[in-house]
Amino acid sequence: MARIEFLGPIGKKPIEIDINNLKDLKKIFSNDDDIKEWLKICAVAVNDTITKTLDLKIEPNDKISLLPPVCGG
Amino acid sequence: MLELHDGSLHVEGILSRWYNDVKDKNFGAFIPFIGIVRDEKGIDGLSFDIYEPILKSWFDEWQERAKQEGAMLLMAHSRGDVKNHTSSYISAVLSPQRKVGLRLINDFVEDFKASAPIWKYDLIDGDRIYAKKRSMPLKGAGLLSEEK
Repeated sequence: MARIEFLGPIGKKPIEIDINNLKDLKKIFSNDDDIKEWLKICAVAVNDTITKTLDLKIEPNDKISLLPPVCGG
Repeated sequence: MLELHDGSLHVEGILSRWYNDVKDKNFGAFIPFIGIVRDEKGIDGLSFDIYEPILKSWFDEWQERAKQEGAMLLMAHSRGDVKNHTSSYISAVLSPQRKVGLRLINDFVEDFKASAPIWKYDLIDGDRIYAKKRSMPLKGAGLLSEEK
């Protein structure tokens, strides 16, 4: 099961989901009204590297992080 | 060097320590930037969440870039609450000459604002409110959105 973490202000507890790639995750999230608005503005990291493709293969112990807009300093 | 501190930064202590650590390394310029929390829009202060693994890899990439120019970067940032008129952020560049350092500190701080995985909240009357309007989406944002 891949672990999904919702960082910063999203305020949602981590979940574990059985998926093969990020397309599967996109499909699952499309039915989740709590997270839909965040998805428009969140970047996605797989094992702490930000990704720009949905085709990435997800392994059972992978960590997927959703990163909302940032403002350091 | 990247360091994270709980609460406000002790500016004098950090700058003094950095200066003493580097003064004999033959850099001709030490250019610090210090961010101070302003009293505005009724806030009592700011608060920060940080995602350390990606912050560290982002910083390491910048350190490598600086190294190629014979320079070095230092950065300190706060976690948690930081009251008005105290500091949450210090970065500094050490470089052989002034011009390289001034360019690097500008580029580094600009990219810090756009890329460092840090989330800011306004502290108002005991509430911690995400500063969404002042925040910037990271590159690649919206990947999982149906609208993309």
